[in-house]
Amino acid sequence: MLTFTIRRLVLSIPTLLFISLVIFGLLQLAPGDPMAQVPLTVPPEVKQKMREALGLGEAWYIQYWKWLLQFFWVEPLVFTDWLFGTGFSDGMQRVISWQTRSPVMDIVVQRMPQTLWVVGLAYVVGILIAIPVGVYSAYRHYSLFDQAGTLVTMVGFSIPPFFSGPLLIVIFAVYLGWLPSIYDTTHVVRDWASFKVQFFQMIMPVMVLALQTTAQISRYMRGAMLDNLNQDYVRTARAKGLSEGVVVMVHVLRNSMIPVVTVIALGMPAIFGGAIITENVFKVNGIGQLLLTALFANDLPMVMTLTFIFAILIVVFNLIADILYGLLDPRIRYD
Amino acid sequence: MTDQAIPASPIETDMEFIGALQDKEPSTPPRSQWKDVWDQFRQHKGALFGGGFLLFITLIAIFGPYIWDVDPKELDIRNKNWRPIYILLFNGNAMAGWSHPFGTDQLGRDIMAQMISGGRVSLAVGWLAMGLALVIGTMIGVLAGYFKRLDFWLMRFTDLVLALPVLPLVLLAVTLFRQPLNAAYGPEGGMFILIVSVIGFTSWMQTARIVRGDILALKEREFILAARSIGTTPAKIIRRHLLPNVVSPIMVSAALGLATAIITESALSFLGVGFPSDYPTWGKLLADAVSRMQEYPERVLLPGISISLTVLSVNYLGDGLRDALDPRIRGR
Repeated sequence: MLTFTIRRLVLSIPTLLFISLVIFGLLQLAPGDPMAQVPLTVPPEVKQKMREALGLGEAWYIQYWKWLLQFFWVEPLVFTDWLFGTGFSDGMQRVISWQTRSPVMDIVVQRMPQTLWVVGLAYVVGILIAIPVGVYSAYRHYSLFDQAGTLVTMVGFSIPPFFSGPLLIVIFAVYLGWLPSIYDTTHVVRDWASFKVQFFQMIMPVMVLALQTTAQISRYMRGAMLDNLNQDYVRTARAKGLSEGVVVMVHVLRNSMIPVVTVIALGMPAIFGGAIITENVFKVNGIGQLLLTALFANDLPMVMTLTFIFAILIVVFNLIADILYGLLDPRIRYD
Repeated sequence: MTDQAIPASPIETDMEFIGALQDKEPSTPPRSQWKDVWDQFRQHKGALFGGGFLLFITLIAIFGPYIWDVDPKELDIRNKNWRPIYILLFNGNAMAGWSHPFGTDQLGRDIMAQMISGGRVSLAVGWLAMGLALVIGTMIGVLAGYFKRLDFWLMRFTDLVLALPVLPLVLLAVTLFRQPLNAAYGPEGGMFILIVSVIGFTSWMQTARIVRGDILALKEREFILAARSIGTTPAKIIRRHLLPNVVSPIMVSAALGLATAIITESALSFLGVGFPSDYPTWGKLLADAVSRMQEYPERVLLPGISISLTVLSVNYLGDGLRDALDPRIRGR
């Protein structure tokens, strides 16, 4: 298991390098000019100097190498400095955003908690709803609950968040007035009243994201339970006289969780991607919103770094899924 | 045991037991595979409805502009902000009428015509992007499955592409390459080519993996050995023997691909990086209407419901196809 983990970790390095090269290549081929906003009165030779100051005069491989160096060497050093108060990164050039002229990672760190709160909570809520629904609809196969559950998950799967979001806003924020329509990220939780405000403003974005998760995971849960419920070991367990609750909730559920856990891990990066739309609908200023504004402002270092962070998430969670699968299912041996 | 009738000769019993062998022709007419598939498909009510709705909406998108021949881009500022016709039931004084059954938008453009031409674009993007993804995926899957030398590298490549963050990359490509393509093919054509190819090139991986798995299993079967032993070339084996056998997984992933392509296109339009603003697609109509949804909720609901219903019907269709094409489930 350990050798497998190490091998996968080593293999993920070329994967990440390839992805960063693809993103970098896309950005290099792009015709956007960061000097487009500079007034026309600025003489061309000054423009050329400004371009060089941004590091644009260099050949593409030097730019790529410098970005790699900054992302994989300088930024971790900055992090250790911040953690232990050391001075390793003094005088080193960090990845600088063209929009704000400040380090990209600082902005990402500012925006991350908003995304993590909304996305993470939505995922937890989605899983908590999906697992009981999946278990019960598999146990009562073809019952009314199962049919209704299948319909609801299919509908939840099919309604895109950019439709369900505005729909919820119209119903709950405009007509009923129960919930605020936008997410206030500057809100600080101090006491019970402010916690209530925070709770209410999180309901809608979390539910919109959770709907997608629930739909997907409960389908998987139902399928896995159905596969296991007809197995011989279930009949054996019943024949031993175990109560129905123990049979279903312990024997079958534990075996059915194996594929579901990997699906949960694999779905994590996708929900970060989906958060781009949800954050846009509810005006949450998380990293999805940051990526969009950076794209529109032609802020290439920011776009490069953010897209790469998304790629890291995918690679890491794929790795976690593979390892979890091996750990949970003793029949699977990678060696 | 003793008084058991001893048969006169073994051949006689055999004739009795294998009586079916004496039939000159089959007792029931032969059933083709596709008839079986259709019979199983018919059992799945949701899939039947889904297929019917998809056909219906595709026909509207194709022939609608000839029947409802109002120009979706024609401005008529005097007749702006008409409500849909059903509003007259609640409010007799509302601005509504049969000349604009779904109402008009803030510039007086007819919403019914916009919905039809929007559906045309959304469905065309969906079908074409799905087709592109299927062609790429099937090609890579077949090559990787059939030729051992290519397998390792093609599958590593597929894994790499699977690890790409799709939505951010699609956003990136669409924002960055808009201008050169617009210059080359015009604002609408350029965007169309861009969106179709971007979605197609980022969604072929699942098809490739499924097809490769099936080809790997099929390749070892006797009929392929037989074909090879009479000197059939690899290209012919793939065309005549392998591809017809992987049609069913391809069709299932086609349904899923169509749903994803429609949603991705609408999401791009919704985020404001899709088609130009005077070119209606469902996502664009939805995005434009969100800011006025308090006064005119129908403008959000119409495109939103169209997208959701289309995707829902495609998903049900995929579900039914999976059941119908799986011989283990069929006939149960």
